[in-house]
Amino acid sequence: MAETHSAAPAGLPLNTKVREGGSRPRSKGWTGALPLLVFVGLAFGIPTVALLGGAFTADGAPSTANLTASLKGAYLTALLGSVKLSAVVAVAGAVVGTFLAQAVVTSRFRALREAVLTASGVLANFGGVPLAFAWTATLGNSGVLTRQLNLGDHGWNLYSFWGLALVYLYFSVPLMVLVVVPALDGLRPQWREAAQNNGASAWQFWRYVGIPVLTPSLLGGVVLLFGGAFAAYATAAAMVGTVVPLVTLQIADALTGNVLIGHENVALALSLDMIVVAGLVMAVYLPLQRRSARWLR
Amino acid sequence: MAALTPTVLPDAGTPAARPGRPRRVRVWRGVVLLVAALYFLTPLLTSFVFTVNDPARGFTLDAYLEIFSAEGFVQSLLLSLGLAVATIVVVLALTLPAMLAVRLSAPRLRPVMEVVCTLPLVVPPITFVAGISTVLRWGPDYLATTPFYQTIIAVQNPAFPAVLVIAYVVLALPFVYRALDAGLGAMDVRTLVEAARNCGASWPHVMLRVIIPNLRTGLASASFLTLALVLGEYTVARLLGYQPFPVWIVTISGSNAAMSVAVSIFSLLFAWLLLLILSTAGNRQRSGS
Repeated sequence: MAETHSAAPAGLPLNTKVREGGSRPRSKGWTGALPLLVFVGLAFGIPTVALLGGAFTADGAPSTANLTASLKGAYLTALLGSVKLSAVVAVAGAVVGTFLAQAVVTSRFRALREAVLTASGVLANFGGVPLAFAWTATLGNSGVLTRQLNLGDHGWNLYSFWGLALVYLYFSVPLMVLVVVPALDGLRPQWREAAQNNGASAWQFWRYVGIPVLTPSLLGGVVLLFGGAFAAYATAAAMVGTVVPLVTLQIADALTGNVLIGHENVALALSLDMIVVAGLVMAVYLPLQRRSARWLR
Repeated sequence: MAALTPTVLPDAGTPAARPGRPRRVRVWRGVVLLVAALYFLTPLLTSFVFTVNDPARGFTLDAYLEIFSAEGFVQSLLLSLGLAVATIVVVLALTLPAMLAVRLSAPRLRPVMEVVCTLPLVVPPITFVAGISTVLRWGPDYLATTPFYQTIIAVQNPAFPAVLVIAYVVLALPFVYRALDAGLGAMDVRTLVEAARNCGASWPHVMLRVIIPNLRTGLASASFLTLALVLGEYTVARLLGYQPFPVWIVTISGSNAAMSVAVSIFSLLFAWLLLLILSTAGNRQRSGS
């Protein structure tokens, strides 16, 4: 509260005068929201400016050399690797999550539904280091299942693209369940009955009624999963180190000077690439969400 | 025509399809649920087996007993908890007045708030850290002669890195915003506030005696989510070079794999407990209202 006044030295005298006049609400509104906006402006704005400034500066002069470097060679491979991994995880997670959600929604057991939804809420937040170690202990090189089933001899390797995809699904599928269950609940039984009365087969119902109504939610889920997998760093770092080329791992390496000193600005350019990709994907999501909200009331 | 044929068909089709379809659906559903259960439970069970099963000596609980005496455990855990408490206090102190203001008197700010509170979800945390570390590097380079330099040094104090609190507040904003928005949506803020003000209550009094008690669930879930986020946060802390709990787990994993997995299981169970409390509290409130 004290920050409010110190943060708005220019606006305050005016506001107090208005307050005497009687239209208190408006002045209060501004002062209440101000600390948060100022905080985010500073805590989020300064790093953003620094990022943009750094990304477009090479050897102390403005240039686009960093951006060109970030779209070449190993960096490009990493960026594409991240996009590919996220796309695979998003699509696979969306399909599996939708089937799981449908299995739960159509179930007669109320308890099953509650249990799966609660577990999904928990597991969707279960990324990061513990997830990486749980999987390493299970299917890593000296993991329990790897040793019991001699998976190593069959060419199994958790520290690979598909291994990482398998692990990412662990938090992606529950997220998809959470996203799509409300949408599946929104499919009214009447629509199905109407379709059946008109002689539609199950396939025709899904093809002409179910899927079109669900599409915005499904695509929205895909986008969310993509974003989650794209931004994930902790799981990959704790699990594979740098074996699988991912853009987050490259940024971390370049930032901490692990491989080459003086690549900090390339890291910033890579970050900018990431933000652009994430922003494009989100730009798809927001209109979709508005569309699906229309049906699910 | 399309309307005519079906009226004939169902009579022949339904009796045959009825007994068949439910069973097919049930088999399909059972398979999906079984595969999902296997996929989600296996890592949890096997990682527990991993921690208690020493290849050389068989069953042992050493991994769990050693945790508390391990070097850095208490220190990193305390650092994480301290950061979590500070983050919760700051994020609530910033968000609650802003959201009240938007609801009561500045509805035009609502879209701004929504954008501000969604941005951290769109921007990947690692790019946020990249920006922060650049700013921190400015310190010695450009600001050494200005008063800002002292601020930048103070913010990076290794004993309590305030820069992490700042970053975590930003990362927690979307969750806190949604939790509080749900809480505020469930009560009639305007009537309550106006009634209290008409009875002569001061603003601090309104906040402490009217808003906060009514918003208990929302505040609790916001705090729990922030706590879970801070206790599990790795990216920002690791890249800025601090060692709270998750970074410590990775550090010890090199020397003691079983213990790192044991600690992971612990932190996981703790996070689950928090989130379970949260979701049951949320359910109870929903069914109550």
